[in-house]
Amino acid sequence: MSVVTVQLGQCGNQIGPELFSTVYEDSTGAGRKTYQESSRERFFWETSDGVLVARSVLVDMEPKVISQAVAKASKSGKWRYGEKAHFCQKQGSGNNWANGYCVHGPRHKESVEDLVRREVERCDRLAGIFAMMSVAGGTGSGVGTFVTQCLRDMYPQAFILNHLTWPYGTGEVIVQNYNSVLTLSRLYQLSDALVVHENDTVHKICSRLMNIKHISIGDINKVIAHQLGSVLQPAYTGDSPSNYSRNPIGELLSSLVCHPEYKLLSLCNIPQMSHTSLAYSAYTWPGLLKHLRQMLIANARMEEGAFKDPALYVPWLPPDGTFSLWNSPVPFNGYEKSASLVSNSQSLLKPLDNMVRKAWNMFVSRAYMHQYTKFGISEDDFLDSFTTLEQIISSYSHL
Amino acid sequence: MGVRTVCFCRRSDGGGGGATGSRISGLRARAVLVDMEEGVLSEVLQGPLRQLFSTTQLISDVSGSGNNWAVGHHSYGSVYREQIVDQVRRAAEQCDCLQCFFIIHSMGGGTGSGLGTRVLKLLEDEFPEVCRLVTAVYPSAEDDVITSPYNSVLAMRELTEHADCVLPIENQSLVDIVSKIQHMAHTGKPGSVIKKDSTIISGQGGVAKTEKPFDAMNNIVANLLLNITSSARFEGSLNMDLNEIAMNLVPFPRLHYLVSSLTPLYTLADVNIPTRRLDQMFTDAFSKDHQLMRADPKHNLYLACALMLRGNVQLSDLRRNIERLRPTLSFVQWNTEGWKTGLCSVPPVGHTHSLLALANNTCVKPSFMELRERFVRLYRKKAHLHHYLGVDGMDVSGFSEALSSLTGLIDQYSQLDSTNTAPSQDPPRLNIAC
Repeated sequence: MSVVTVQLGQCGNQIGPELFSTVYEDSTGAGRKTYQESSRERFFWETSDGVLVARSVLVDMEPKVISQAVAKASKSGKWRYGEKAHFCQKQGSGNNWANGYCVHGPRHKESVEDLVRREVERCDRLAGIFAMMSVAGGTGSGVGTFVTQCLRDMYPQAFILNHLTWPYGTGEVIVQNYNSVLTLSRLYQLSDALVVHENDTVHKICSRLMNIKHISIGDINKVIAHQLGSVLQPAYTGDSPSNYSRNPIGELLSSLVCHPEYKLLSLCNIPQMSHTSLAYSAYTWPGLLKHLRQMLIANARMEEGAFKDPALYVPWLPPDGTFSLWNSPVPFNGYEKSASLVSNSQSLLKPLDNMVRKAWNMFVSRAYMHQYTKFGISEDDFLDSFTTLEQIISSYSHL
Repeated sequence: MGVRTVCFCRRSDGGGGGATGSRISGLRARAVLVDMEEGVLSEVLQGPLRQLFSTTQLISDVSGSGNNWAVGHHSYGSVYREQIVDQVRRAAEQCDCLQCFFIIHSMGGGTGSGLGTRVLKLLEDEFPEVCRLVTAVYPSAEDDVITSPYNSVLAMRELTEHADCVLPIENQSLVDIVSKIQHMAHTGKPGSVIKKDSTIISGQGGVAKTEKPFDAMNNIVANLLLNITSSARFEGSLNMDLNEIAMNLVPFPRLHYLVSSLTPLYTLADVNIPTRRLDQMFTDAFSKDHQLMRADPKHNLYLACALMLRGNVQLSDLRRNIERLRPTLSFVQWNTEGWKTGLCSVPPVGHTHSLLALANNTCVKPSFMELRERFVRLYRKKAHLHHYLGVDGMDVSGFSEALSSLTGLIDQYSQLDSTNTAPSQDPPRLNIAC
């Protein structure tokens, strides 16, 4: 019941260390032995000298981000990355999906596969593979898609979950919509589910809920890590009500991805507040759950209960297949009570539609095409991707 | 490509440390210096940076190119081809990972312009996969070299066809920026004392002590190149390397002329930096007074824009300013949110933060049109043509093709400008069978 994480590109290698720190701190502060053991087993392995090593493979086409991630973990003295668990090159992918997917991916296929294989074989039992990447750049998106494909070929029965960071709507990378379209259309086939965080949404959480004045990328990453941690840490589930679940990813998928046409998952977590307010708040369960329900209905992913109301769900699912409750007696990450909601709903429909609309606009004028064709991605490849995504948009629209 | 200085220099094999044991001893520049006259190169070899270069890296001749592009491109180009390729290859072999060539030359003369563009073609042939970024200094209208329009237009055709990215710089803009800074430094108004070594014209952190003519102007260009490579050399939360610049800012192969601006020009001695001043830095980046060529991107059409921030600037400052400035700018219909952003943690020496903006914008059109005007005025009268046609390898078609290349480029910009006036509507989406 261990998770192997694959950190891809700058984004994956920045959020990854935050996630490991979050789960480490959470499991350490808990003071509950089974919880700690379960969490540690899930994310780390222990060397003979008792050092915790993350079950993670770090991949990037340039060295700076991985160096920082590895150094910071070592310096913490609490956990570290495996010495030989990373693979990097020097020249980067230039924000070019085609460069990542057609050139770097195949070139380094064996090296990356070896690294993942080593981590997987180290697990007593594999709960699943968790790949973390952005969709806007070149490595996370392009190499990430290629690596996911390789992993699917290597482990056809394993659960593969991709965590995707979607960029700000008003640009971080000019060709981000192209890179996103090419990534999403392929991952949809390869992955079991896509857990999405949008920078715009997380930014709002930081500014409005947590009152952070000068938001940095580190702040964004911490919120994402917190939300992911709240879901991935051990919990009692429907299938496993008195022991911490030994099949967390499998259960997550079976509750949420009932149909292969619908794989987009979004997360919300409450409460989210600045540390100073933490000491002064008290929450009740009904209050929290009511807020979450409102957020689900309003498609708002910020703050704001009964989840069993059939009006919320599609009619073609049996009623007990729609909602699952997991809980844990252990408070998460400093919050006395917290609740997270993972949903497969229309909440990502509008951002996805916007992304496709902008990419299509650019495609019609053929802008930047020469940058992709020179590495082997043709206009037809683009058309195929657009077709796949329009299909997904249509499916979600008709819910 | 390594980190910090290893990007531009490598450790030399024999300890070449000078008696001073300066911080540059043991480093060799990854560079090839070419000039067909000896004066400037000799100065380099005798100057404070001499330890950075071994004599084999300097390729020179005696008589210069006489401000004649054809002499530089064809005559010297053929004579020195082997030697140049050889030196570049040696430098390239010393790199773990070669990412980019910086080619730096002026457009108006004979060597930089002619031999420089010959070298550009050579690099494309020998190292086709490596990005070629050209920093080209364009002559002002009042330039005293009569044939500079010929040299510039002949060179431009090469740049359009063989460079991946061009950063055009105009001497006049550099002059204007220098006088602006010097004026500020001498007003003596209270609260307007400029912090020492914090201007983009001072060679802050540099080795040279005395100021020569053009030093101030050249420092601006040096700072431009430092800022462009900062993310490749230092860490940051959002890295932006040179390949990404070419990828994001060049939507169509020939439209690769990027107007650059550097802000702030100087830091006032008052260390406190309120948000308002940070926002002013962003506003200035788009003002025509801060561009390194005479162009006004704010009142023309953007195809793409890159913002590279260094130092103590956060993501939220960046996002806030993009939101603020976006409505004041025109972007082409298919790239309405065409921003490429980078955050590097390490500021330039003497500053707490800085911003480099690179714009692919139709504002370059007027400068190119002026250049074509000056060319045509000479060409119509066939003035000085015989100096060029007398050179082996040069014939009249070279001129006519260069002119039509420039005209074609100007037309492409005009076409884009015309799309700006038409009402924008999203093209219909792909229809799929449900």
